[in-house]
Amino acid sequence: MEYEAVIGLEVHVQLNTASKMFCGCATEFGAPPNAQVCPVCLGYPGVLPVMNEEAVRKTMLTGLMIDSEIARFSKWDRKNYFYPDMPKNYQISQYDLPLCKGGVVEIKLEGGAIKKIGIIRAHLEEDVAKNFHFEATSGVDFNRAGVPLMEIVSQPDINSPDEAFAYLTALKEVLISGGVSDCDMEKGQLRCDSNVSVRPVGQKAFGEKVEIKNMNTISGVRRALAYEIERQTAALKKGEKISQETRRWDEAAGVTTVMRTKEYAHDYRYFPEPDLMPVLVSDAMIEDIRKELPELPEAKRQRFVKQYGLPEYDAGVLVADAMLATYYEKAAAGSKNAKTLANWVMTELLGKLAEAKKTIAECPIAPEQLSELVSLVDSGQISGKMAKDVFAEMFATGKSAAAIVKEKGLAQVSDASAIEAFVDEAIEKNPKSVSDFGAGNQAALNFLKGQVMKLSKGKANPQLVGEILTRKLQGS
Amino acid sequence: MSLHTLTIQQLRDKLRRGEVSAREATQAMLDRINAVDGKIKAYLWLNPEDALAQADAIDRAGIARPQAGTPAPPDGKALAGVPIAIKDVINVDGQPCTCASKILKGYVSVYDAFVIRRLREAGAVLLGRTNMDEFAMGSSTENSSWGVTRNPWDFDRIPGGSSGGSAAAVAADEAIAALGSDTGGSIRQPAAVCGCVGLKPTYGRVSRYGMVAFASSLDQIGPLTKTAADSALMLGVLAGHDASDSTSVPQPVPDYTEAFGKGIKGLRVGLPKEYFIEGMDREVEAAVRGAIKKLQDLGTEVVEISLPHTDYAVAVYYLIATAEASANLARFDGVRYGLRIPGKDPIEMYGKTRGAGFGPEVKRRIILGTYALSAGYYDAYYLRAQKVRTLIRRDFEQAFAKCDVIVTPTSPTAAFKFGEKTEDPLQMYLSDIFTISVNLAGICGVSVPCGFTSNPKLPIGLQILGKPFGEETILRVAHAYEQATNWHKQRPNL
Repeated sequence: MEYEAVIGLEVHVQLNTASKMFCGCATEFGAPPNAQVCPVCLGYPGVLPVMNEEAVRKTMLTGLMIDSEIARFSKWDRKNYFYPDMPKNYQISQYDLPLCKGGVVEIKLEGGAIKKIGIIRAHLEEDVAKNFHFEATSGVDFNRAGVPLMEIVSQPDINSPDEAFAYLTALKEVLISGGVSDCDMEKGQLRCDSNVSVRPVGQKAFGEKVEIKNMNTISGVRRALAYEIERQTAALKKGEKISQETRRWDEAAGVTTVMRTKEYAHDYRYFPEPDLMPVLVSDAMIEDIRKELPELPEAKRQRFVKQYGLPEYDAGVLVADAMLATYYEKAAAGSKNAKTLANWVMTELLGKLAEAKKTIAECPIAPEQLSELVSLVDSGQISGKMAKDVFAEMFATGKSAAAIVKEKGLAQVSDASAIEAFVDEAIEKNPKSVSDFGAGNQAALNFLKGQVMKLSKGKANPQLVGEILTRKLQGS
Repeated sequence: MSLHTLTIQQLRDKLRRGEVSAREATQAMLDRINAVDGKIKAYLWLNPEDALAQADAIDRAGIARPQAGTPAPPDGKALAGVPIAIKDVINVDGQPCTCASKILKGYVSVYDAFVIRRLREAGAVLLGRTNMDEFAMGSSTENSSWGVTRNPWDFDRIPGGSSGGSAAAVAADEAIAALGSDTGGSIRQPAAVCGCVGLKPTYGRVSRYGMVAFASSLDQIGPLTKTAADSALMLGVLAGHDASDSTSVPQPVPDYTEAFGKGIKGLRVGLPKEYFIEGMDREVEAAVRGAIKKLQDLGTEVVEISLPHTDYAVAVYYLIATAEASANLARFDGVRYGLRIPGKDPIEMYGKTRGAGFGPEVKRRIILGTYALSAGYYDAYYLRAQKVRTLIRRDFEQAFAKCDVIVTPTSPTAAFKFGEKTEDPLQMYLSDIFTISVNLAGICGVSVPCGFTSNPKLPIGLQILGKPFGEETILRVAHAYEQATNWHKQRPNL
């Protein structure tokens, strides 16, 4: 019997607001433990939450990007459970009336077909703290407690680990292009839980579903799902039953293990949060946010192909990072050679950034400067080889290409009479090679070319050297 | 005249005239506390040096006593030099805040509640912290983990609750005024049984920021004072919008004493027929009927009204309040502050800490509330209660179409004896039967002294209820009634 997987993903996204969801504390990642806390996010006696409007706005923006219906009336609820990372032992979340209902994220399948993954809802809540375990004790860092956290729940429309991977990649692109989150999984800004079940192909009813937690990378999600689908399929083939449970993905071992079974499922005792007023959204507010809607990644990709004449692949690489795409567009704006420019951005620039462990935001070369470098090559003022050295210098010093070329006297010699002098000198000094060429040895031509370049200290325009040399040799 | 017996207005006048300094007033209160609190035990915590230092700062700044040539202190210094007691449920930076619970033993506040900021800005001297039922759950202050407070009129009797310490302190002249909190009658009922004036403002009128929550949708902070005029003065300081409390309402704050001059002629006074019930204490009923007669004499028109869902109020209250409390009190877990009893894992630590830290009534309510919110019960209990709550609110809306204020007894009996109701929680819950609906409806109410029982002599309270943000009107009625009677002037013999 053939089996198919049914997968639904719950994605938690930390919004990149300046302050926390219900207090004024900073949200920056990496501060010393418990440096970004106050009585409110520590759950001290007597404190009250105040809603972060920017977080609500960013959630609505996300909703518009994924085609959700924005609720005109939504509210806050308390989700009750005890855990040391919960300052109040309840989390302020949204239960039955989320900010965004429905929606769709498009993914591209192998072969190029588009599949629509339905979205059930997107709601807003507060993140919890982070527990640390030492030899005999545990510690809690509350810096993360209260950071705005958006939860996006997909329909069980995903049927393979690769589709899950594509969905997460597409969703991440949407979130980054909207500027709502930086989606850095290493910093926990994007986290994913998964529900997965397996059923015989053709069967309508879902199989018993298993929730998987602790998948910390998008490829981890793909591996965990592949493992889990195989585990469930094998069990079903053996005639075993799948039990509804929560399992933990063990990245190192490459397996999922039981975390808790159905009997230990929480009763969260949701009820409306009496400390906060419901969120009322007017049509005018939605229209305001709609004006800020960024171009969606897929549309941008298509535009890059058309506008800049880039291959699909190049457009994909550039669009995957919204800031990189912006950088490229700025550089391409004044360039006559957008394609070459894309190569520079994708290979040289990204390579150098990775080497220097810098992000595109910290790039020492301005987009206009990169554009200038490419045009120096195009106009023959410097050779492609020289350009690489100039680029390295630009990256190190932030100086413009023209300045570096001038400073180091690097300008390529394209003056025919100067090159002719070098050619004459080379012919004179290497009579054997000249006679070899005459005897039909092509390698002798390359040797002579090299000699000319050497005499010009590498500055002679190689194309001109070839032309003049050939002309002279044939003429003599 | 001894300084401790003064009202806010009287003391303020003396301070303004320079007849007394803030330090002298504060010292007089400390002396009085020293003399009588051993018997009454209204206070849980005092810091005389700190109180005197506050007074000295006010004297130095000259904000109580006007500078030469200026007729009155600068605006906003309404309480300059006036010593005020604070219920142990409101955070004062640097002071303990235990909510009369072992689970917060040793906890020191790290910030000022909004109302405390307001009091400080108005120049008040924060005297000390008063006893209460643990986490404001109770009607007798017997649920305090730190021992009972005695009714100044009869030491064998309860001072009411949960703001029993604040009411007893004001009644025994141990504070010029006090702050309390009222979730189901916790300001009005103790005010009634101790013989002072207790005001529960409209929900949203006074910021709750910094008051340790019992039931968030019902809690309000309010003053306990010796007169209606003092109550008006205090409310003027406490009321107003606070951005840090999302349920606080940006409604302008009037001068609550301004309307006093208008009198109450022509106002319609509603009497809910459901409130004058069989089983009410006869002397209480007689006193309240007498008060109604007096209000008629003052020119009001008495009309009968109906609040048909009254019977459900206690049940609705004990579902909603306990549900909210079950979540509000979840934060007391031993992780970040307060009591911690270690365990082998967090669950065991929670169990041990909360088991040892909470008293029996608090545990009862947490369990009740947890049950009401549990899967399978939510619709039948919590959701249903919320629907009936809407009906109760509508009862009042309809009633206020026919009247300007509603008058009822504050409590069905005068102060009862210690231990009389501790064995029967339901009997205890019924002592709030006249006050609970007010919190459910979110409206305002004030209790004023309206007589005494004969033997022993115990105060009886009259409850005057108003529309949302109708504090001006109920205080005006309370004041007019006070002017025509002298119940509020009587003090226990200590």
